[in-house]
Amino acid sequence: MLEIKNLVVQIEDKRILNGLNLTVNNGEIAAIMGPNGSGKSTLSYVIAGKEDYEVLDGEILLDGQNVLEMEPDERAAAGIFLAFQYPLEIPGVASMTFLKAALNAQRKARGEEELTTPDFIKRVNAAAQQLEIPKDMLKRALNVGFSGGEKKRMEILQMALLQPTFCILDETDSGLDIDALRIVSEGVNALRSPDRSFLVITHYQRLLNHIVPDTVHVMSSGRIVKSGGKELALELEANGYADYRTSEAA
Amino acid sequence: MPAVQETIDQVRSIDVDQYKYGFETEVEMEKAPKGLSEDVIRFISAKKGEPEWMLQWRLDAYKRWLTMREPNWARVSYDKIDYNDIYYYAAPKNNPAPKSLDEVDPEILKTYEKLGIPLREQEILAGVEPQNRVAVDAVFDSVSVATTFKEELAKAGVIFMPISEAIREYPDLVRQYLGSVVPVTDNYFATLNSAVFTDGSFVYIPPGVRCPMELSTYFRINEKNTGQFERTLIIADKGSYVSYLEGCTAPKRDENQLHAAVVELVALDDAEIKYSTVQNWYPGDAQGRGGIYNFVTKRGDCRGRNSVITWTQVETGSAITWKYPSCILRGDNSRGEFYSIAVSNGMQQVDSGTKMIHLGKNTTSRIISKGIAAGKSDNTYRGLVSAHRKATGARNFTNCDSLLIGNQCGAHTVPYIESKNASAVFEHEATTSKISEDQMFYCQQRGLSEEEATALIVNGFVKDVLQQLPMEFAVEAQKLISISLEGSVG
Repeated sequence: MLEIKNLVVQIEDKRILNGLNLTVNNGEIAAIMGPNGSGKSTLSYVIAGKEDYEVLDGEILLDGQNVLEMEPDERAAAGIFLAFQYPLEIPGVASMTFLKAALNAQRKARGEEELTTPDFIKRVNAAAQQLEIPKDMLKRALNVGFSGGEKKRMEILQMALLQPTFCILDETDSGLDIDALRIVSEGVNALRSPDRSFLVITHYQRLLNHIVPDTVHVMSSGRIVKSGGKELALELEANGYADYRTSEAA
Repeated sequence: MPAVQETIDQVRSIDVDQYKYGFETEVEMEKAPKGLSEDVIRFISAKKGEPEWMLQWRLDAYKRWLTMREPNWARVSYDKIDYNDIYYYAAPKNNPAPKSLDEVDPEILKTYEKLGIPLREQEILAGVEPQNRVAVDAVFDSVSVATTFKEELAKAGVIFMPISEAIREYPDLVRQYLGSVVPVTDNYFATLNSAVFTDGSFVYIPPGVRCPMELSTYFRINEKNTGQFERTLIIADKGSYVSYLEGCTAPKRDENQLHAAVVELVALDDAEIKYSTVQNWYPGDAQGRGGIYNFVTKRGDCRGRNSVITWTQVETGSAITWKYPSCILRGDNSRGEFYSIAVSNGMQQVDSGTKMIHLGKNTTSRIISKGIAAGKSDNTYRGLVSAHRKATGARNFTNCDSLLIGNQCGAHTVPYIESKNASAVFEHEATTSKISEDQMFYCQQRGLSEEEATALIVNGFVKDVLQQLPMEFAVEAQKLISISLEGSVG
């Protein structure tokens, strides 16, 4: 379970999050929607621990643990995963190599045995197959020369492999065609489980047709301004964010 | 991959002062008096039981050296070297040279074991998969202490022995080639080396022979205030092939130690020489105290048609590196290659690169250089590509990439390109990049620590060059790179 209480964050003296409150229960899929500039991506970066963001107030608890005191890699080992909107390229490092290094680093941090190579390969291949990722893609340098769709599938592959307990999808649907959207959504749905929760950040309802949320939160000016069930997303799709933008001025 | 993991383990196991080879071996030494004079040179020559011509060669070099000036064009700075405050000859007592490993001082053998060269094992293991074995010559301060696999190499007609022995046993061969690539008068440090060189390796591959195993030399400076002046001469006769590896370490010392080696390679018609170096001399401490001055002249002569010389180097050590392994592309259709990884951290200064001198027709060369600067270090690539009048159809491709870690280091690229033949085609590409914060964050988000992430990104950066190294060395090199960069982040 992730609890965010009264989170206030600024970057270079600019206030982005203004006392944000949000709780995501185990097994829950929470969608966050909101206009551009409302602070959605900032929220995902702050949860994952990116530098440059100054937390002025509030707390983030993962199963009662204070996340804000942890380094990004410690947060990852504790179960936080961020699927990036723009995944980074790592030249010269084969995707397979990266995956293994990441998985074993996390296992080690948790005091678990490292996976043997055959075990690891078995797991990667199984996950890759489901995401329709060809084997030669795993041999290529991570994200270098990948299409938008390939990058997003690689993000979900990493998620499947690392088995996090709290997953953030930051505009995972951006840049995906219909087929890629289906593959990625199926990959995410396959990972749904009672002890894994998701925070799905998106502009559009269409992703939520594939990954059906339990709760929908509307974010504006660095706050959650409205929460509801999945029908709230449909309402937003029909009416736009106009109602919520006005509250920005307030 | 496992190598990456190993790298990380290795980094973890090392304490703050990271230089892992900084131990000193207690061995009784025999030294020449401190300083340089004709007498010292006569002493060295006599110790080695050299013929008169060799002594004369040394003395001529010495006379010439006295008239020369230390070069100052490199982008490095250091206090003036007092050449009379150096021991030019130090040998573990208990010479003459051992006839077998049993006669080698056990303390020295232990040193090599610590360095990861189990000499003993090598002989015991003889007979297991020939292509995986490496014949090793080990040079301890001024003398060669053990050469493995000598008998087996002799069967193939390959000569691999300390150069001091070769001067006695194969004087004609040595006399014909010594100084034929790096002339006695070449440069200040090479001339000094010619006067005082104490040992090194000699390799001769007869015509048409593919050397049955990798040849390797480990150099170690142990004794205080001792310079190491090794001399290596490799001759690949017509149609032959050899792959040669060298590794270097030294104990930690507060004062600087001078290392001025000369390496000469000669490739005749259709011959190929691959020369790989993993250089890990003591780099000095975080304040820049101590460390090796590595002033080395390495040059290969593609003397024959269709000959090939490849230099591959991984440079992580030394306080100062001044080194430009070069190829003279004399034979028509000959090829020169230079693959380099130079890592600098702390206060290290690196000025390194290559020279590709195209003399023959249709000669080709390729330069791939990867410089990684961290800490407060300075890392310069300096390279010359030239085509002479007769070098019709000469081609070169150069790629120089620099990676900066942190914001107190410097990377510089100084390419010299000269062409006197209109048909020559030279290409030069260069990039300088920094590990981006976004890349670091991405890796950390996946569970890698800052250090693991840096090691992974750097290993990706140098991959093209690592692939050129023989397998065992590639793993070793990967470890070294990570160790050298320990403490460079955060």
